[in-house]
Amino acid sequence: MTTLEKVRQRAEADAKTYGYYLHPDPEFLNDLLEGLKKNEERYGYPSCPCRVASGKFEFDRDIICPCDYRDPDVAEFGFCYCGLFVRKDVVEKKLPIHSIPERRPVEKQARAYAMAPEVIEKPARATVGVAEETAQVKKKFWYCKQCGYTVFREDPPYICPICKAKRELFAEITIGAFVRG
Amino acid sequence: MDKVKVPGKNKKHKVLMYAISTCAWCKKTKKFLVDNEVEYEYIDVDLCSEEDRQKIRDDIRRRGGSLSYPTIIVDDKKIITGYSPDEIKEALGI
Repeated sequence: MTTLEKVRQRAEADAKTYGYYLHPDPEFLNDLLEGLKKNEERYGYPSCPCRVASGKFEFDRDIICPCDYRDPDVAEFGFCYCGLFVRKDVVEKKLPIHSIPERRPVEKQARAYAMAPEVIEKPARATVGVAEETAQVKKKFWYCKQCGYTVFREDPPYICPICKAKRELFAEITIGAFVRG
Repeated sequence: MDKVKVPGKNKKHKVLMYAISTCAWCKKTKKFLVDNEVEYEYIDVDLCSEEDRQKIRDDIRRRGGSLSYPTIIVDDKKIITGYSPDEIKEALGI
């Protein structure tokens, strides 16, 4: 059985590794941690407290905290969808932390909830809503020029989880075959 | 479907909220409505059966909303996504 303290420690360790802060309002933070604990008890894994999990691991994988959308959300807005992870400048300048649009692609939600296919074809009009982009994310290899840490993902991390170098110190690795003629 | 009614002095509008029981933004929205003495009903979607969840998702999409919570529906017409006190104030005239 997990405890609130364990959930908190895990979140703190993860924030530290990736150079983020946790939500500065202790009450709001506590609600999020309680939500994560509850989900871990319900589903066996800490899925995002602000999303409805299907309860099927293979479909909820992308919304297990820290979710796949955290880093792009923090990069764009300064905090993630539920508000657990916050960028340094947002905390230091006390910038407002608010609800942000759901980045999880409609296709992923549809798969998780086994929605009718016609629902997928016409995404919500208007809205603040859902990222238009499809689930096809272009991942690349990135390496930290300071320590050599290598990672395969869409964008380089905010900081290097190993040596804490800034994002700018990451470079893309391009692999090409060199044939001598 | 378990609809919970929260009484309040301001009954001018019919307010329905789709929420998640573990969601901090939903909790904040509920508190905002209570602080403003707005009478409202809510459904915690994560506690519903899959059949009911499907009905809720259909309802949100039919109204042009995105599957993000809290979703508030005012007078069966206006749909508000996320914790958005300004939009709620405007819709409720408070």
